[in-house]
Amino acid sequence: MIFADAFGWLLDPANWSGGKSIPVRIGIHLLYCFGAVLGAALIAVPLGLFVGHTGRGGLVLVGGSNALRALPTLGLVTFLYLVVGGSTVSVLISLVVLAVPPILAGTYAGVQDVDRGVVDAARGMGMTGAQRLWQVEVPNAMPLLVGGLRNAMLQVVATASVAAFVGVETLGRPLLDGIRVLDYPQFVGGAILIALLAVVLDAVLAVVGRLVVPAGVRLSARTGKARPGSAASRRREVPTPVESGGSTA
Amino acid sequence: MIEFRDVTKRFDDGTTAVNGLDLVVEAGTITVFVGPSGCGKTTSLRMVNRMIDPTSGTVLVDGRDVLGVDPPTLRRGIGYVIQQAGLFPHRTVLDNVATVPLLTGWTRRKARQRAAELLELVGLPAELGRRYPVQLSGGQQQRVGVARALAADPPVLLMDEPFSAVDPVVREGLQDELLRLQAELDKTIVFVTHDIDEAIRIGEKVAVMRTGGFLAQYAPPAELLTRPADDFVASFVGKDRGYRRLSFVDSSGVEVAEVPTIAEGAPVESSSDWRLVVDADKRPQGWVAPDSSSVPGGSLYEVGASIRGALDAALSSPSGLGVAVDAEGRLAGVVTARQVLDVIESRRG
Ligand SMILES: Nc1ncnc2c1ncn2[C@@H]1O[C@H](COP(=O)(O)OP(=O)(O)O)[C@@H](O)[C@H]1O
Ligand SMILES: [Mg+2]
Repeated sequence: MIFADAFGWLLDPANWSGGKSIPVRIGIHLLYCFGAVLGAALIAVPLGLFVGHTGRGGLVLVGGSNALRALPTLGLVTFLYLVVGGSTVSVLISLVVLAVPPILAGTYAGVQDVDRGVVDAARGMGMTGAQRLWQVEVPNAMPLLVGGLRNAMLQVVATASVAAFVGVETLGRPLLDGIRVLDYPQFVGGAILIALLAVVLDAVLAVVGRLVVPAGVRLSARTGKARPGSAASRRREVPTPVESGGSTA
Repeated sequence: MIEFRDVTKRFDDGTTAVNGLDLVVEAGTITVFVGPSGCGKTTSLRMVNRMIDPTSGTVLVDGRDVLGVDPPTLRRGIGYVIQQAGLFPHRTVLDNVATVPLLTGWTRRKARQRAAELLELVGLPAELGRRYPVQLSGGQQQRVGVARALAADPPVLLMDEPFSAVDPVVREGLQDELLRLQAELDKTIVFVTHDIDEAIRIGEKVAVMRTGGFLAQYAPPAELLTRPADDFVASFVGKDRGYRRLSFVDSSGVEVAEVPTIAEGAPVESSSDWRLVVDADKRPQGWVAPDSSSVPGGSLYEVGASIRGALDAALSSPSGLGVAVDAEGRLAGVVTARQVLDVIESRRG
C-alpha cells in the first residue's frame, strides 16, 4: 500500500520538473557524493600508500581513523554549519570525514597485504622504493583500494541525505519533508531513490574496479591460491619455528 | 668472488644472527650455506646484496666493499631467487623475467626478447610467457624465478631455499637443472638450504652453520662426510653419513671376478651356478638362476665409480653378485658385497 503510494509520488510528473524536482536533487546528491569521495581519496590514498609502503605510523593511522569513524555525521554537519556558516562547505567536509576511513583502510590494507615474498623480490631485483611502490605495491593493492572506494561511496550516498538539514537540496530533502509533514509516500519514495542510486554507483565502481585491477591479480584472487598477503604469508618473514611450517605448506 | 671478512650481524632486539663470519666463495662455484633454521643463513646471504647491512665486518664482491655501492645498483647486478619465487602476480611470466633488464633501461622489446630466451634456457615452453604466475605449478614458478634472476646475466646468483617449497620429486629435477645450467653459465652461486642432502648434492663447497651465527665447517661435501669438524657437524650431516660418504670413495680397489655368461636368446643348460645373460655387445641383460629361470638383474656400477654404487649393485643383485660394467656399459666382471665391505674396512684401517 505504502509502496504503491511511494511509486505514485515517484511517478508524479510534478516531481520531475522545476528547481526542486527529483532530477535536480539526484544531480546535487551525486555532486556531493563524487566531490566527497574524490576529496577523501586525495587525502586517504596518498596517506594509506605512504603508511603501507613504509610500515611507519600504522598504529596512529588506525587510531585516527577509528576516531573519525566515531564522529556522528549529522552532529558534525550541524556543528560545522554553526561554526563555518556555509552549508555546502560543512556538508562536504563532513562527508569527506566520513569517506576517509574506509579509503584509508582499503589502501593501507592493500599495500600491507602484498605478499612479503613479492616485496622482498622487488627489493632484491634492485627496485628503488618508488619503483616498488608504483610497479608492485599499487597494482597489487588495487582490489582492496577499490573496495575501500566502494565502501566510502556507499556510506556517502546514504549519508548525503543529512545535507537537507542545513538546506542543501539532496535526496535527503524528501526524507526530511516526508517525516516533517508525515507524507510517507514522499519519505519512502526518497528512500527508494537513495537505495537505487547506491546500487547504481556501486555497480559503476565495480566496473571501474575491473578496469584498474590487473588481470593477474584478479586471477590470483579468483583461484583462491594464497592471495598476496594472507596473514600466513606475512608471517613467513619472521624466522621463528613457524617459518618452516608455514613455508612448506 | 665473494668474501666475508669477520662479518657480524646483531639485530636491534639483540639477536646475533651472524657471528664473526670469515669465508670466501670462489668465483664460478656453487657454495651452499646449510644449517638448522635460525642459524643465520638467510642473514648472511642478504648481506651480499645489502638487503641487510652488517653490524661490523666487510662483505666484498669481486674485491669491492658492497657498502660502497648503492643498494639498487648493487642488486641489479646480483641475481636473487627466494623460496616462494616471489613472482609479481600482476605481470605475465615474460614480463616478470624482463624485470631487471627493464630496470636497467633496456627497451621493452629487447627485454622481452631476452626474457623469452631465458624461459627456453630454464626449460619452459615459450607459450608459458603469456600466462600469469598464479597459472603455473610451484616447480614452474621456481624456474621462472631462476630465469628472472638470470635475465641481466649477473655474475653472482643468491638463492635462498629456492626449492624448499616444492615436492621432493620436482625438487630433484630442479636441482639437476641448476647443475646443468651452472655447467653452462659458470656463475658464482650462493645457495642457502636447511637440507643437508640438497647441500651435498649441489654444493662444490658447503658451509655448515650453527645456531648463534657461527660457521662450524667450510669444506667440500666429501670432506664434511669423511672428516666432520666436530660433533655438531657429524650429527647434522646425519646418521647415514657413513653410507652417504661411500659416494665419495672410488671402487677401484674392488677386484672384479669372472662370471659365467649366456648369450641372449641362446638355449639354457642346467647348471648349479647363476649365469649372467649378455647381449651381442656384452651388455648385461639379467640373470638365469640355477633352476634355469630368468631373473631381472639388479643395479649396475661402472668400474672405478663410487664404491656406494658397487655396494648397491651387490646388494640388489638376485645372485648376490654385483655386476660391474665399463664406460660403454659392457660387462667387466662381478663383485660380492663381502668384497666391497672388506675394501671399505681396509680403507678405514
Ligand atoms: N629482522 C630481524 N630482527 C630480529 N631478529 C632477526 C631478524 N631476522 C632474523 N632474525 C634472527 O636472526 C637469526 C638468524 O635468522 P636467519 O638468518 O633468517 O636464519 P636462517 O635463514 O638460517 O633460518 C634468527 O634467530 C632470527 O630469529
Ligand atoms: Mg632462512
